[in-house]
Order: sequence, then structure tokens, then C-alpha cells
Amino acid sequence: MDTILQAVGVLGIAGMVLASVLYLVLRKFAVKEDPRLAKVNAVLPGANCGGCGFPGCDAMASECVKAADKGSLEGLLCPVGGKAVMDKIADALGMESVGGDAVRMAVMRCDGSCTNRPQLREYDGAQSCRVAHITSMGETACAYGCLGYGDCVAKCEFGALSIDPEKGVLIDPDRCVACGACVKACPRGLIEIRVVTPDKTGMVVKCRNKDKGVAAKNACAVSCIGCRLCEKKCESGAITVEDNLAYIDAAKCTLCGKCETVCPRNTIHKIGEWETPAEQPVKEEIKNEEQ
Amino acid sequence: MKTFRIGGVHPEGNKLSAARPITIAPLPQVAVFPLGQHIGAPAKPIVNKGDKVIVGQMIAEAGGFVSAPIHSSVSGTVLKIDTIVDASGYAKPAIYIQVEDDVWDESIDRSADLVKIEDRPELTDKEIVAKIQNAGIVGMGGACFPTHVKLSPPPGSKIEWVIINAVECEPYLTADHRLMLEHADEILVGVALLMKAVGVHKGYIAIEGNKPDAIDLMTEKAQAYPDIEIVPLKIKYPQGGEKQLIDAVVGRQVPAPPALPANVGAIIQNVGTAFAVYQAVMKNKPLFERVVTVTGKSLAQPSNFMVRMGTPMQQLIDLCGGLPEDTGKVVGGGPMMGKALINTDVPICKGSSGVLVMNDKEARRGQAGPCIRCGKCVTVCPMGLEPYLLANGTVNEMWDLLEANQITSCIECGSCQFTCPSHRPLLDFVRIGKSTVTGIIKSRVQSK
Repeated sequence: MDTILQAVGVLGIAGMVLASVLYLVLRKFAVKEDPRLAKVNAVLPGANCGGCGFPGCDAMASECVKAADKGSLEGLLCPVGGKAVMDKIADALGMESVGGDAVRMAVMRCDGSCTNRPQLREYDGAQSCRVAHITSMGETACAYGCLGYGDCVAKCEFGALSIDPEKGVLIDPDRCVACGACVKACPRGLIEIRVVTPDKTGMVVKCRNKDKGVAAKNACAVSCIGCRLCEKKCESGAITVEDNLAYIDAAKCTLCGKCETVCPRNTIHKIGEWETPAEQPVKEEIKNEEQ
Repeated sequence: MKTFRIGGVHPEGNKLSAARPITIAPLPQVAVFPLGQHIGAPAKPIVNKGDKVIVGQMIAEAGGFVSAPIHSSVSGTVLKIDTIVDASGYAKPAIYIQVEDDVWDESIDRSADLVKIEDRPELTDKEIVAKIQNAGIVGMGGACFPTHVKLSPPPGSKIEWVIINAVECEPYLTADHRLMLEHADEILVGVALLMKAVGVHKGYIAIEGNKPDAIDLMTEKAQAYPDIEIVPLKIKYPQGGEKQLIDAVVGRQVPAPPALPANVGAIIQNVGTAFAVYQAVMKNKPLFERVVTVTGKSLAQPSNFMVRMGTPMQQLIDLCGGLPEDTGKVVGGGPMMGKALINTDVPICKGSSGVLVMNDKEARRGQAGPCIRCGKCVTVCPMGLEPYLLANGTVNEMWDLLEANQITSCIECGSCQFTCPSHRPLLDFVRIGKSTVTGIIKSRVQSK
């Protein structure tokens, strides 16, 4: 009996001594974390996509707290959560909500599918867009267009991108959160994060070919040749042609669709509505009317 | 025979055109001069559309110190200053000249007489470098680094040797081999000029053992030059790499970048460059023609040509019997480091050492399989790197890991990819990783 009591006593005393040491150590070396960090973290989606420009949601949370100390959340945006999440963050930090109300989405700016841009040669190097881009212009006649090895698809954390053999890279508006990972992955800068309407649509020039008219025309069936018809037709001044290539400013575009009908090359489309065939007789008529 | 210490591979030699003397290629109808034929800033055109030019006239001036002027190789009228699709298919600025006749600049000495270095004792080192600079000479092995920059080593480095790269370790190519057999005297004078330009008293000409006739001839001719030694080397690729050559010839190892060969006291020049230096300094002839090997197993007549710059490669292939039916790839340069051409209208530039026509079977890459961890790529890497790690690190974007594993030391020789039993595209990825890490280091240095 004595032995048992001794053991319990010794262990009990040793336990208490060690526990108090642990307690003291815990108090002495405690990491003081800003309580706001946990709050912000709880609001953030936890996708760790890096779309905000910081390495993961944790880093974004600490940036938000730092910004709150400075007095404004301006310039910070979680593209995944959008305005809703930014409002909650502002709430948690006791700040005024700023920005984040514009809906953004990744937009593919090349329509160079196999039918529009036939294969001329074979590339048998590493199946990666980055490698193919520095090796050569690619398998078709366009040195600016989509290479089709899917670097962007591999980088998308949200499964929003896919490659259709007929239509090229497709972006699912419901899944895309505008994190920008695909933009960084594309060596030819074909994907752009654009401001779109709340139902995720907008007008876009689906070409990046900067060659002069004839060369661009020969390169692809749906290339922009810099003819400026859309620029002249646009009533809101949203379209500019630079380097033989049209660009639509989403901020000025009213989605009237006149540019789409006037384009002789069938290059301008409404996002999500561009799976139309390359040749459209109605557009030929309009073109003749113009002339 | 000596060779470099680590790594290396033994591709089949295939020197099909070694016995064929250099013939002069006919003039093209239109000569095209890309403005960026060298490493560094592109040249700036100094002629306009419609101008008459003659052979040897400067048509574009250097765009900076690390740059080189371009001289016309033909006489005629400037057609336009436009873009040309280069070997990889991207449009680059270029000058087009319609060839009309063959009028040479009068200051060029067109006689075949040998001008020895003793005949021009008044030449100073500065004059030699200036002449090389004005003649637009760049490294003619393929890297196209402006020669005058190499001859102006950074202050503080003590140059001890000039090493001439005549190993021609690329399979198929025989341009340097033929040049040595046919212009040995001129090359030796060129080497002596290079030595004088940097003020050294020891020159080596390194030749691989697969060219015994060239070794014998050069050794015999070099007896008149006590300062120049011919070094026969064991056959091994990539012996023509600067760092490998220094290791093989003098046994010194160049530290990791940014160290240069000059930091260990050596300056490497290609044998073709030495010949061009002779012509520029002694004959006042700028760099506007070079020896090009046109070769391939199914080509009717593999040959060596003296070609004016700006001649389309198609014209040379036609001289050898035209493109064979079974052509799979046409490569600019050798099979190891050359680049497959998008089209054959690409003009011959200062760095074009060869045109290689590969048949379908040779050209096709093997289907890439998984890495089997055999370590062959590590064994053959002449820089002692781990190519499998660098390639995987690039795929996974682990730039810190790549920097720690010295990816910037890669010389892009392709030995790893050549030897990989799984046909993995190692170099393709390492190249991407190298350029990315180089960019990161550069921006870090700039931000400091």
C-alpha cells in the first residue's frame, strides 16, 4: 500500500511541478496574435489561390489588418469572395467597405481553333505552352495565338478552364473567380481579367494578332486585321485600334453589339456567346452595305 | 589526349562533308540582313529604302557597346527595311537588299597574298580591337557574342592565354575543319593578332582527335609561331563549351556565374572568328561571308560553302540536291544545339555554322516516359548539375530550389536530354527555369 501511495505522491508532485513549468513557459513565450487576424481569416474563402496578389489567405488577412491600421482597405480585393467578402472583412475590422463591387472574370482572347487556324507543322517537344512558346511560333501560321497545351488549364484551382478540341480554351463563368493564375500561366498573354457585367458578360475582341492586315488574315480565319470598322461604328468610344489590333474598354462599352455585327472577320463576340460558326452570311451583307 | 573532367556524351560523328572542299556559293537574288544577329542590342539601320550599297558597306551601326555593326555582303539597292520571320517563326526587323552586281568596296584587299603579323609591326592592340569592332565580328561558333567585348576583359582580370576553339564537337558540322585545312596560315595570323590584342604570349588551338589531318597540318604550320601550341583533344561533346575547353586545355575551372572565362585568365575564340579577325585587320574586309556546312544523311551532296550573309538557306539546300522526300526537320546549326527551322527561307547570319537536313526517322523525338531515376543525366552533365531536379523544379516553379542548385550554370548543351532513356524533355524545361531564375536574380540585384 505504501508503495502505491509513494508512487502516486511522487508522480503527482512531479506532475504539478512540470505543469507549472510548462505554464510559465507558455506565458513567457506566448505568441501574441492580433485577434482581428482570426476574424478576417474566418471570413476569407480559404482557397489560397493567390488571386489577391499575396501568398494565400493568411497573408491576405495580415495585409488587411495592416491596411486597417493605416486607415483604409483601398486596393485590397479578394477576387474569389468579391464584394460580399470584402464587406464582411470591413465589418470585422470596423472599417468602411471600399471597392470590390465590380465583377471580374478571366476572358480568353483567341479563337484560333483547329478549324479557324489549320495545323501547318508538327511540334514534338515538351507538351507545355511555355516551352513551345520559346521554341517556335507553334504549329499554325499565327505567332500570337493559343498554343493549346493547356498550361492555363493546369494552373486553374477552380476547374473553370477546359480545352475543347473544336473551340479552344473555354472559361466557365460560374466557376471563374478571376484569381489570375491562368493569366500568369499563358506565355502569350491571351487571357485577361476583365470587368464584366453582374451576369458575367461583355464584349471582347477574340484575337491578339498584331500583324498587319494581310499577314493577320492569312494567319487565321477569325483574326483581327485592324480594319477599324468597329472603332468607327462604336458610339461610346470604347474601341481603340493599336498595333493593328482592336481593344474594347469594358468601362465604356454599353454592350450594344454593333461592333460584333460590323466585324468582317467575326472576331468580336459577347462572352459566352461566341460558339458561332466562323462564316456568317448575315455579316457579309452588312459588310457590303458598309462599302 | 586531354579532355574535360566531368560528364559529356559521345554522339555519332557523322562528318559527312569532311572531305568536301569549301566552294563559293552563288549570290542570292535578294539578301536579307536581320538586325539582331548577335547577343546584345540590335544594330540600327543607317541606310534607307532605295539607297545603293556596295559589298562591305556598313548598313547598320552597332546599337551599343555590346552590339556589332552589320555590313552588306552584296551590292545593289535597298528594297525595304521590314520584318522577316526568323528561324523560330517570330517576326524580327531586317534589311532587304536587291542584288544587282558585285561591286566591292575599294579598301578591301581581295588578293590571296598572306599578310603576316611581322609585315604590319605598327599595329597596336587598341587598333586591332577597333578594327575588329568596326568589322562587326562576333563569335562565329554560334553564340554570336561580339568579339571586341570579349577582347576588353573587365579591369582587374589578368589574361594569360588565348584559346582557339577548333574542336567542332557538334556532329555533322565540318565548316571549321575545312577552314583549317584550307586557310591554316590565315588562321595562325588571326590567332597571333588576337594574342597581340589582349597582350598575351601563349595561344592554344584546341582540335578534337577526329580531325587528324587538321591537327597535322596546323602543328606543321604552327612551328613558325613558337607562342602558339596545337592541343589535340579526346573526342567528347560538349568540348566546344568555353568552360569545358578551358578545363580540357589548361585545367582551370571557371566558377559559377557571373564569373567569366576571363576571371581565370583565358579568352576563348572560335577558329572561324580567328579567320575573320585576320581578314578584318589585314585585308580590311568586314564580316560578311562565312563557311557553312550543309549536310544530312539523305541529302544528295553534303557540302561546305563560303556563303555571303543574307543568302536564304533554301538556296544552299538546292545546291546540295534539294530537300529530300523524307525530310523531317531542317535544323539551323548542329544536331545537339541547333534549332529546328520553321521555314527554309531564313537567311544565313553571322552565327550560322550549318544547315542540317534530318530525315523523318532521325528527327522524331521519342515518346517521353516517366523518370526511372537512373541518374544518367547527372552523370553526363558537364557542369555537374542535376538535370532531372532542375527540370522538375521548373515544372513545379520552385525557383529558390533551382537557384540553390545552380541552374544558372547550365550551358544548355543538351547532353541530359540526349542521354535520357525515357526521352524526357529535360533541357526544354531547364531552359525555362534558367531564364526565369536569371530574371529573378537580375531584378534582385537591380532593386538593391
